[in-house]
Amino acid sequence: MKKKIKIKINGKINKIYDKTKLSDLIKNLEVPLKKVAIELNKEIVDKKNINKINLKVNDEIEIVHFIGGG
Amino acid sequence: MKRDKLTISKKQFNSRLIVGTGKYKSMTECAKAINISEADIVTVAVRRVNITDKKKPLLMDYIDPKKITYLPNTAGCFNSEEALRTLRLAREIGGWKLVKLEVLGDKKNLFPEMIETLKSTEILTKEGFKVMVYCNDDPLMAKRLENVGAAAIMPLAAPIGSGLGILNKINIQIIRDQTKLPLIIDAGLGQASDATIAMELGCDGVLVNTAIAKAKKPFEMAKAFKNAVVAGRQSFLSGRIEKKVMGSASSPKKGII
Repeated sequence: MKKKIKIKINGKINKIYDKTKLSDLIKNLEVPLKKVAIELNKEIVDKKNINKINLKVNDEIEIVHFIGGG
Repeated sequence: MKRDKLTISKKQFNSRLIVGTGKYKSMTECAKAINISEADIVTVAVRRVNITDKKKPLLMDYIDPKKITYLPNTAGCFNSEEALRTLRLAREIGGWKLVKLEVLGDKKNLFPEMIETLKSTEILTKEGFKVMVYCNDDPLMAKRLENVGAAAIMPLAAPIGSGLGILNKINIQIIRDQTKLPLIIDAGLGQASDATIAMELGCDGVLVNTAIAKAKKPFEMAKAFKNAVVAGRQSFLSGRIEKKVMGSASSPKKGII
């Protein structure tokens, strides 16, 4: 059995398997990659490299997009 | 009349009306109002994706960023750090470099925090952003923003969402006279004639959100603002008559019976 770890996605705690690739997480969340930006521990992630990033315990991810605003 | 376009950072736009995409009842209503307004630029906010509700409609599905220029805005940021973080993320979504900086200082009146705004403008400009800056109607601060590389000066007419119209025409006039940068009235307009006044003062454009989105008939108001901006611009370019205290008859005296 793979070990599960706690990470934060958009401020909420989520449990995922240790060393899950960021690209797999995005895929599982069904987030349209072209329409979002991703931050990992306050650093902007280059979307080209998300399959090279393995998530680890206590990582904090922010996924943002454009919404209506003034 | 020769095609009179709005130029911001060497990019040309047909419409001088910029509209916000907030406060509408639905995305459909928002998209239709924008279409009617004929705006080429819309402001948008950067917020967290709702990862639990995957069916939630996305702005980009309603307003095509290939047809309409998205102007990412830092609305809701109260310091330089938050604003920089927001705009760096906005750039990452799809290469947006033309942005609107808005750093607020007070939750009630929503006036801009100008020290943080100035600091952020300088940093963002150095990072290659073209920064359109929401600011107070203060000519001295407008000058300082220009000096650190702002792409456009966007003074408020009145507090955001207040609908009060231009409170200090003299200051707007002074800012107009001192700068060649695009001058765009941002925030506080309430009705179409407010936009005409802004354009007649020589502003290059206006940004409107609440006055359209919260009007009883948003589509009609979108059209009214479109026409008001065109009318104001034409009036400005036509050169108004001088103001006089006494009357001046329009009909000749010769041949009076």
